[in-house]
Amino acid sequence: MPEAQYEFFIDPSRCIGCQSCVQACSECDTHKGQAMIHLEFVNRHYSTQTAPVVCMHCDSPTCAEVCPADAIKKTPDGVVQTARKPRCIACNNCVLACPFGVPKMNSGAELMMKCDMCYDRTSIGKAPMCASVCPSGALYYGTREQIEAQRPRSMPINQFQFGQQTISTKVHMMVPRTAQPEHIDVLSAMHDHTSGHDIFLMMHDE
Amino acid sequence: MAQLPRSELEMIAVFGPHLAHAQGQRLEAGVEPDRLVKTHCCFCGQQCGIQLKVKDNTVIGFEPWYDFPFNQGMLCPKGVKRYLQGAHPDRLLTALERDPASSGGFRPIGYDAAIQRVAGEIGRIQAQYGNSAFGILSGASLTTEKTYLMGKFARMCLKTPYIDYNGRLCMVSAGAANKKSFGIDRAANAWDDMLHTDVIWISGANVAECAPITTSYVWRARENGAKIIVVDPRITPIARTCDLYLPIKPGRDIALFNGILHLMIKHDWLDHEFINNHTVGFEAVAEHVADWTPKRTAEVTGIAEKGIQQAAEWWGTAKTSFMTHARGIEHHTHGVQNVLGAISLVLASGRIGRPNCGYATITGQANGQGGREHGQKCDQLPGWRDLANPEHRQHIANIWDMPVEEMPQPGVDAYEIFRKIETGEIKGLLSLCFNPKVSLPDSDYVSAMLDKLEFYTSIDFFLNDSARHADIVLPGSLQEEDEGTVTQAEGRVIKINQAIECPGEARQDWRIIQDIAQALGRSKGFTFDGPRAIFEELRRASKGGVADYSGISYEKIEAQNGVFWPCPSDDHPGTPRLFEPNSWNPVAKGAGPFYFPDGKARFNVAPYTPPAEDVDAEYPLMLTTGRVISHFLSGTQTRRIGPLVDQYAEPRIELHPQLAMRLNIQEGDWVTAQTRRGEITLRAQVVRTIRPDTIFVPYHWAGQKSINRLTIAAQDPISKIPEYKVCAVRLIKASQAPAYASQLEPQQ
Repeated sequence: MPEAQYEFFIDPSRCIGCQSCVQACSECDTHKGQAMIHLEFVNRHYSTQTAPVVCMHCDSPTCAEVCPADAIKKTPDGVVQTARKPRCIACNNCVLACPFGVPKMNSGAELMMKCDMCYDRTSIGKAPMCASVCPSGALYYGTREQIEAQRPRSMPINQFQFGQQTISTKVHMMVPRTAQPEHIDVLSAMHDHTSGHDIFLMMHDE
Repeated sequence: MAQLPRSELEMIAVFGPHLAHAQGQRLEAGVEPDRLVKTHCCFCGQQCGIQLKVKDNTVIGFEPWYDFPFNQGMLCPKGVKRYLQGAHPDRLLTALERDPASSGGFRPIGYDAAIQRVAGEIGRIQAQYGNSAFGILSGASLTTEKTYLMGKFARMCLKTPYIDYNGRLCMVSAGAANKKSFGIDRAANAWDDMLHTDVIWISGANVAECAPITTSYVWRARENGAKIIVVDPRITPIARTCDLYLPIKPGRDIALFNGILHLMIKHDWLDHEFINNHTVGFEAVAEHVADWTPKRTAEVTGIAEKGIQQAAEWWGTAKTSFMTHARGIEHHTHGVQNVLGAISLVLASGRIGRPNCGYATITGQANGQGGREHGQKCDQLPGWRDLANPEHRQHIANIWDMPVEEMPQPGVDAYEIFRKIETGEIKGLLSLCFNPKVSLPDSDYVSAMLDKLEFYTSIDFFLNDSARHADIVLPGSLQEEDEGTVTQAEGRVIKINQAIECPGEARQDWRIIQDIAQALGRSKGFTFDGPRAIFEELRRASKGGVADYSGISYEKIEAQNGVFWPCPSDDHPGTPRLFEPNSWNPVAKGAGPFYFPDGKARFNVAPYTPPAEDVDAEYPLMLTTGRVISHFLSGTQTRRIGPLVDQYAEPRIELHPQLAMRLNIQEGDWVTAQTRRGEITLRAQVVRTIRPDTIFVPYHWAGQKSINRLTIAAQDPISKIPEYKVCAVRLIKASQAPAYASQLEPQQ
């Protein structure tokens, strides 16, 4: 089957924080011994909720756009790669600019490193390590048809709004089918005496 | 023996636990393995399929095994990093003899000399005090072949009644209740029956951390519309997104099940046809739960009445359902009663023995299922036969070619073996795949009893915490150094394949046992040339028993990706789903689907009793224990694997912020927990995901970090499982860091 049909889907609601993805990421041949994936407790004091973040592989990668050394390249099939070693000047621009917080600076090697969707595997038709081992299906690698058949309650989205910037990504995020993507505007959330409009953002109360 | 040969710190310095991280060929990119070996993980009861990458007789990594049906390539972090247990700096490469003059308390000795010494001591103790003065502790992480051999070794070679195993700490409450209710102890279904069910009920099972791949079945079911009910004192990761979470007070599960059945009866959410035709005893149970009103249930369980009503309605009105539980309801002095309560909900609903309707305990150890079937339990013979039953004894005596009158009668459970050391009845002990000093409750007592033995020998691949007390340590094998079968949580018999040879003078465990038998001059019955030969005898021994393996072969396992027992003949495909209508079994002989002469399942009255040690003014809180995802059992393996220790380094005390505020405890503070057995000082983890009247501590660590020094040795009167899941405790803020904090690495 042509590999282009396989896509990467993230469903944070399924994540159990087990770190299989982190442990398996460090087994990837392109960056052995180092995990590129991020797995964070959202707030362990309140919840066991965790969120895994792989590189979203943006159509117009901000990391590459802000790179003064033109070190970050995208493959023809849309995978944004770790910085090219001879070019990377370890300036940290990409680390600061990525809206998803993905790139990591390897200070020892003076090199930005990031998830390359297990290019050594995916380029030859194998699933990435993290999505292979994930016990909960929070990370999934498969076809659009498969994910739609297996997850009727949710749908994939790949457009994200950061301020004025709209970002389209190769990787999809699964969201509840009933929810529409919303962009919150500070004005719409403020109390307005004239209209009686009163919206509270859902914040922890402690 | 008296005490450790050297101080604990000196022994740790030599024998670890030290950490292994990937290096050399394990870290280099692009290393082509010599071969990929399809086998299974060495850790939990799910037994995920995995392919080990082997290079130069070393496991250097893994590749997912996508085609194995249970896990389809999925693994938890333990499975991912399990390869680091091989070629480990702490690996025992020779036999060891206790020697206080040596820096680590042991000196290497030749393998043959060690075997002679062990056989000599067994012979001496048995000649001096009788056969029953020597005991055996075995384990449920061994292959089924080894567990079969251990039972045979005890009964035929040593002729001692005293053998038991660490499954005693695992799921024996479920096993006993299953036998009382169904006449058979096995998960009733493959997990596939979860996928299209209306309701999944999970009681006392931290699925995401202890059976991680089962999560994918639960999530897939949820995606198909199933409602998930989770009962637990903590909001575990599986509880976080369930449809209904019931925060039960530890030790009150039977009260909840009785309360749910009460509501099912009140609303007539019952399958009368099934109850009438396929069960007995419903009336007595119905009468017993008449008093368990929602109000009373709420008072006892500490769960809001609304939640109890909602759970009863969802469970009661479902068309299909899957009931599952684990140690959370089983580790109690009334663990059997708790499980009987869960089974009553299944039987009253009639939802068992058909597609999408299921029931199972989630077994914890690698061979938790197979390890409890073929004779290493104190009262059991192969094929789930009964050591006290004259017919069963004769059947096995014939297979073993031994006089039946020489076969010992049933012995005692694993904890009672230590009490028999105290009374002087047991003078010598051999342990394999069991680290009682960390895993048994009230473990300072266990240490003292190990020291009281005249002779103790331990077989292991690392010097585990109990083996530090040994006179002779024999270097055993890692899972990847041997082959054999195990039976995973669903009842699927699978094949462990050998990937590498044992290093140094280490030997496969079955060879060590046979070498001891030979050195004793009792080699008859212990001349197998490999696991396959043991399995062939096991097949014959199990034939006609409840756990009938006679139709299973290594080839059939490979061809079918596992075979579900019972499998009574060569042309039988195995039995993924038990209790199907019109199914045949050797007890009912066609009278019905359950394993009783009338073919009917049994309802059992399960009265509520509080925990053995309830809270009081002196010890006002409840202590409960369990696992974390990156460690396994007593940590002998996982506390030596660097990335798993990095993930969760040291035990912490989980407590609710309300309790923390009352005791002036902040996140990260040193706090001391005290019970009537002992005390422990660990750092606090303040989280809103636990009941404020309960604290939780994981049990994988040894010495000053071992919570089992505090747990209670009270046991269920039927299953003899210890009450790990609740005892009374008090908590105080510590004035300073414990001494170990500056002396030990996190894993030590």
